[in-house]
Amino acid sequence: MTKALLRLESVSRRFGGLQALQTVDLEIGTGEVLGLIGPNGAGKTTLVNVITGVHPATAGRVFFEGRDITGDRPYQTARQGIARTFQIVQPFPELSVRDNVAAAALFSRKSFSIRDAQDEARIQLERVGLTALAQAPAATLTLAMRKRLELAKALAMAPRLLFLDEVNAGLNTAEVEQAMGLIRRIADSGVTIVLIEHLMQVVMTVCSRIVVLHNGERIADGDPESVIRNDRVIEAYLGKKYAQRANQSPGL
Amino acid sequence: MFTLQIFLNGLVLGCLYACIASGFSLVWGVLNVINLMHGSFIVLGSYLAWGAYQSIGLSPWITLVIAAPLFYGLGWILQRGVLNRVITAPVLVTLTMTFGLDLMLNNAMLLAFQADYRKLNLDPPLGTLALGSVVVPVDRLIAMALALALTLVLYLILRQSRVGRAIIAVRLDRDAATLMGVRVPAIYAAAFGFGTAMAGCAGVLLAMIFPTSPVSSTAYLGKAFVVCVLGGLGSVPGAVLGGLLLGVVESFGAWAIGPEHAVTLSFALLIAFLIARPQGLLGRQGFE
Amino acid sequence: MSFRRTDWMLFGLVLALGLTPWVGSPYVLRLGTFACLYAVLAMSWNVIGGMTGYPSFATAAFFGLGAYVGGILLTKGYPLIAALGAAALVAFVGAMVLGVVLLRLRGHYFAVASLAVAEVLRELTNSATDLTGGGMGLNIPLSAVAGAGIAQAASFFFLTMWGLLLLTLAAVLWVERSKLGFGLACIRQNEAAADMIGVNATFYKSLAFAISGLFVAMAGTLYAGWVHYIEPPDVFDILFSVKPIVMALLGGLGSTAGALFGAAAFLALEEIVWRNSLQGSSGILGLLIVLLLLFLPRGLVSLGGQLVRRPHVEAAPGNGR
Repeated sequence: MTKALLRLESVSRRFGGLQALQTVDLEIGTGEVLGLIGPNGAGKTTLVNVITGVHPATAGRVFFEGRDITGDRPYQTARQGIARTFQIVQPFPELSVRDNVAAAALFSRKSFSIRDAQDEARIQLERVGLTALAQAPAATLTLAMRKRLELAKALAMAPRLLFLDEVNAGLNTAEVEQAMGLIRRIADSGVTIVLIEHLMQVVMTVCSRIVVLHNGERIADGDPESVIRNDRVIEAYLGKKYAQRANQSPGL
Repeated sequence: MFTLQIFLNGLVLGCLYACIASGFSLVWGVLNVINLMHGSFIVLGSYLAWGAYQSIGLSPWITLVIAAPLFYGLGWILQRGVLNRVITAPVLVTLTMTFGLDLMLNNAMLLAFQADYRKLNLDPPLGTLALGSVVVPVDRLIAMALALALTLVLYLILRQSRVGRAIIAVRLDRDAATLMGVRVPAIYAAAFGFGTAMAGCAGVLLAMIFPTSPVSSTAYLGKAFVVCVLGGLGSVPGAVLGGLLLGVVESFGAWAIGPEHAVTLSFALLIAFLIARPQGLLGRQGFE
Repeated sequence: MSFRRTDWMLFGLVLALGLTPWVGSPYVLRLGTFACLYAVLAMSWNVIGGMTGYPSFATAAFFGLGAYVGGILLTKGYPLIAALGAAALVAFVGAMVLGVVLLRLRGHYFAVASLAVAEVLRELTNSATDLTGGGMGLNIPLSAVAGAGIAQAASFFFLTMWGLLLLTLAAVLWVERSKLGFGLACIRQNEAAADMIGVNATFYKSLAFAISGLFVAMAGTLYAGWVHYIEPPDVFDILFSVKPIVMALLGGLGSTAGALFGAAAFLALEEIVWRNSLQGSSGILGLLIVLLLLFLPRGLVSLGGQLVRRPHVEAAPGNGR
């Protein structure tokens, strides 16, 4: 049993009257490609926010590589090897594509110079296929290219754990194919990936394990095949009636 | 009942503050513009009242009615003609712009009227009213009532009239309002017009209570700021609440530590609220 | 980190300015001293306002603080160097501490709070009559500043102000080209994203705020010595907060070069206007501001083409910075 890279112990997060996360326990091992799914509002992005420190957990603890990082601020988790992309992409609009990535490389490390960071940026841009647009201001990019930029920035941070939040939202089929190929290559290079996704075919083909959240609770956790047959999961997505029907008819 | 007197003074003052601030708050809340001319508009209103009374003996109550559409027009033209061109620029630009416009307005008033204080003294004076153990000057009482009435009128306009509802819509979500067919530049002009009208009318009322001079404009502006932060932006009830709070705090503060420190007290209160509760008592969170 | 060619050119320009005493005209010398002062204020403001995107109106607070801290030490017999050092230290530490609280605010709220700080400081200075002379002012005799035997007081003040300008220019350019400057640019463009990539935004912002106050405070000390007599409403005047902003906007928001040229241009305009109409001077200043913002929103450097650094990030009302 590989030692867990990331471990969540009874993590809860509350916003005023809303309990966004309820005592979530989770362990992620090094090298996994984990799918994090659930209906809208289930708490997936909140979970990432709590782990990366955007919102502190109201209860529970978060451990990364054995260290307690509960309550660490975003800039601290960034420097410790955790990176994430945003659902709504967040570039630095006036900086060039290259400098966007260089910024990520520069600030996630103590010892880089601006020159080093720009070199690193060139490498990451190559990896995601954005070299041609390196000098363009980030504000001029199309959505698909911005998603790639987000990815390049995250990679430039040399993360050991990478959260990809809806990287495929707004992309057409061909673009999704490309993105998935890229993600597979990144996973092969040793980065542990957590994929927050709505597109089931992506999750089924790329992920080795799926965790399902619903109303802030973890309701399923296992290999893709068994998760999608799980009653609670079907109920969460499609409602009680459908889950009952699914039970009656064999072979979903 | 000494404390009651101080409290009552504070309330009277507070209603005037609410009137001063409601227009300011409207503009800040809807256009996201801090109108640094607000104080000067108030002073201009005061001069209008004083001048009308001095020269043709026009009662300030009548000037009040005239001032409203006059100042509305002034504000409307200013917004459409000048401010609208920079309305999408960052906060810094609009702030500096209204600063520049205020310099011009204030300087013009200084040249026209000189810096000496003018006081509008009603003849015959209205005297004071005794309610039990507390005493209130009648002119202040009437001014307070009118200030509240004006604020109420503004509130009703915002809630009930088409223009008012459009203004609120723009404030809540500019883009959605555009999709609903609201002509945003016109609404901005209307909101700015209302804000200026409130300032002008407040000025007319204040002319009877405080001496008028272009130099007072910063003091009025300062009050408007504090009330907005205390009460919350873009909210008329907020302006009322904030105004009353400031009025009472200043009244007690003046008695406790002296009137010359009242301004510092209000600014300290401002900073405290900005740190602890920037959205004010009734405002929405997260509004910049 | 490398300085660009334009940076060296700026440096050269300012060095050349040092020859002013040899022109021999007291009027030019006075103008030159003001030019250096304005440039220090504008470039300093640019660090927090232009680079970081936080519209600070605290410049007057730092200026007045420096004028009084330095001024009081001078009257008590401390040498100029000590007075300058103390002013710088108080401003720096004060800004770091204040920044923690203030810089949590954005946009208008930050602007208003920073303005309020100046007001409160002015009132406090006014009340502390024993220390500061309060409303009766503070007198700083020439001998306290420069010691006995300074024949050319005007040259002395010019050269000290010019020296401060050189120091400020070096520091500000260093910030602009360093990791700190890069971080500030990221904070300005998208603070949330900056957090996520490892920028300690709170610390960087406070540092920027402190740097913006440090040289302004020293300028305040020199100013106090130069004019010999200060009162709270003079040195805490809101115009000391607004003028540097106008200068930076005039020159071109965001760049050190813009701030420098803006300061020079503003001084020139101010001189022309002031010489011609004492009465309407503030009104004309107002008109200038309005015209500038309407017709030259990107500042003078945008006219120059080459020196264009960055466009305004436009924002709709309701979600402005």
